[in-house]
Amino acid sequence: MSRTPEFSALQSPLGRFLHWFKTPSGRRTITGYLFISPFILGVLFWVLYPAGMAAWLTFQDWNLITPAKYVGLKNFQTMFNDKLFWQAFKVTSIFTFVSVPLGLILSFSLALLINMKVRGLALFRTIYYLPSIVPAVASAVLWAWILNTDFGLLNGVLHYFGIPKIAWLQEPKWTMPAFILMSLWGVGQAMIIFLAGLQGIDDVYYEAARIDGAGSWAQLVHVTIPMMSSVIFFNLILGVINSFQVFTAAFLITNGGPQNATLFFVLYLYRNGFQFLKMGYAAALSWVLFFIILIFTVIIFRTAGRRVYYQ
Amino acid sequence: MSTETSPISTRRSLLGSFGKSRSSSEYIGRLVVYTLLLIGVIIMISPFAFLISSSLKVETQVFQYPIQWIPDPVRWMNYVDALTQKPFILYFKNTMVIAIFNQIAILLTASLCGYGFARIDFPGRDFWFGVALATMMLPYYVTMVPQFILFSRLGWMNSNLPLIVPYFFGGGAFNVFLFRQFFRTFPEDLSDAARMDGCNEFDIYWRIIVPLSTSVFITVAIFTFMLSWNDFIGPLLYINSPEKFTVALGLAQYRSMLGVGRTRWDLLMAASVAMMAPILLLFFTLQRYFIKGVVMSGIKG
Repeated sequence: MSRTPEFSALQSPLGRFLHWFKTPSGRRTITGYLFISPFILGVLFWVLYPAGMAAWLTFQDWNLITPAKYVGLKNFQTMFNDKLFWQAFKVTSIFTFVSVPLGLILSFSLALLINMKVRGLALFRTIYYLPSIVPAVASAVLWAWILNTDFGLLNGVLHYFGIPKIAWLQEPKWTMPAFILMSLWGVGQAMIIFLAGLQGIDDVYYEAARIDGAGSWAQLVHVTIPMMSSVIFFNLILGVINSFQVFTAAFLITNGGPQNATLFFVLYLYRNGFQFLKMGYAAALSWVLFFIILIFTVIIFRTAGRRVYYQ
Repeated sequence: MSTETSPISTRRSLLGSFGKSRSSSEYIGRLVVYTLLLIGVIIMISPFAFLISSSLKVETQVFQYPIQWIPDPVRWMNYVDALTQKPFILYFKNTMVIAIFNQIAILLTASLCGYGFARIDFPGRDFWFGVALATMMLPYYVTMVPQFILFSRLGWMNSNLPLIVPYFFGGGAFNVFLFRQFFRTFPEDLSDAARMDGCNEFDIYWRIIVPLSTSVFITVAIFTFMLSWNDFIGPLLYINSPEKFTVALGLAQYRSMLGVGRTRWDLLMAASVAMMAPILLLFFTLQRYFIKGVVMSGIKG
């Protein structure tokens, strides 16, 4: 395919560039960019442009109808003094700090149990994974009924243990436990990832540990957990990112109530943007959400990331 | 568990070796494992049982305490009532239209991009792949507000376009990633041989790699269908007129509408079952692709 370069074409930079088009490496580059061009355009249209617009919006007061007005840092000042913002931040943080570790422990334990060469492994895996594929809206509707004070499943079961009825969705102090419980129903997703990781650990490590006299517990602590650290790390990051994005359940089951006990961050963002039409304030909240998730991720990388053992 | 007495035997002998004798502590250990797993199964299954049971009850039985698990009589008409009170057939059709466009968009553009990242070596590739990984971490809700403004400026409000068009641009970094990981497993000789025969890169993609990759296409197709079927925030933001509602939006509106007066939980549960049914059907027929997809995202990520 190599052609003799035309002397005149090589003299100007443009000519050289045009010539480079015809070389194998030039052609490969163009083909490569053609293949990934949808993605590059997508980043431009749906990530960079919105990010830029959000940056501009944070300094505006705009309700989509009247012209936008420049207000400087007012949106951030408002946020700092906004009780509901802090409430949303608190609700989301508590949910994250409780549901993510609980979910990790539960999904990891389940994966360990299933991995003990039980018979019917596939069946157990299927059943535990099943709740994870239930559509969010259907799941929210179902849980609204499960948590019903008078006729719901949860109080019905607690009744067998002699526990009186709890107003899960009406009493502010019980809504958070209810939402955490609901999130734990979906541990199957993380469990499957753990299970695959466990099945990937070579038996020789366990044999070596046993020869050294390690019991089950010692094997768990010194072999399984170190070998699984990257998977645990992955599930931790994923769990944190997801827990900051609770929307559908909060929107449909309690709509933020009672007394803002389930005012999750994204719900508050949604309200400001699309119910109060405070576009500037909503954009500022979006940036804050982005930075919160970023900071959490960085902290996890800094602290836990160091302890991850990569094969 | 419970193997302090015989640490060495645990894993191997638990493999299910029938003939060999087991110590009693091992039996107890096994018993504990199965008991825990079965309790877990009951906890996981009971919401489904409650759902189906409630969906088949006559209204008076729904409000009975303690819970009556077996409906008597079984009222199948709940399903007919629930699905005709609101035009769910129409919602179903609307959702399927979006779903089909999403399939075309994602399977085509994500696989093209995945191919570019996996099998063509060009300057800047790794940079763009890094960008792809970074956008995977970017939650939808962060760009929700500016995207809404963008689509309203384009005049796309109350149409399917905001739910369809964005997927024609790479179909999401996660899908690109899945395709890339799969395409990387083919040896380079395959491409070289094809090039000898005069194939260009698109021919190699279209005539060699794609036919060899049905399993990853099925996996991505499943995730895409779940995305289209389950999406709630998208239709909530962009669809206003009821004749354009998706199933998710219809069910959500059904819930809030019923919430005003007396809630017909029996019908709501029937509608929820109807919404879950296609997903569950898909899951039970193509289960291994589901698992494969989840695992691919976890292990290699």
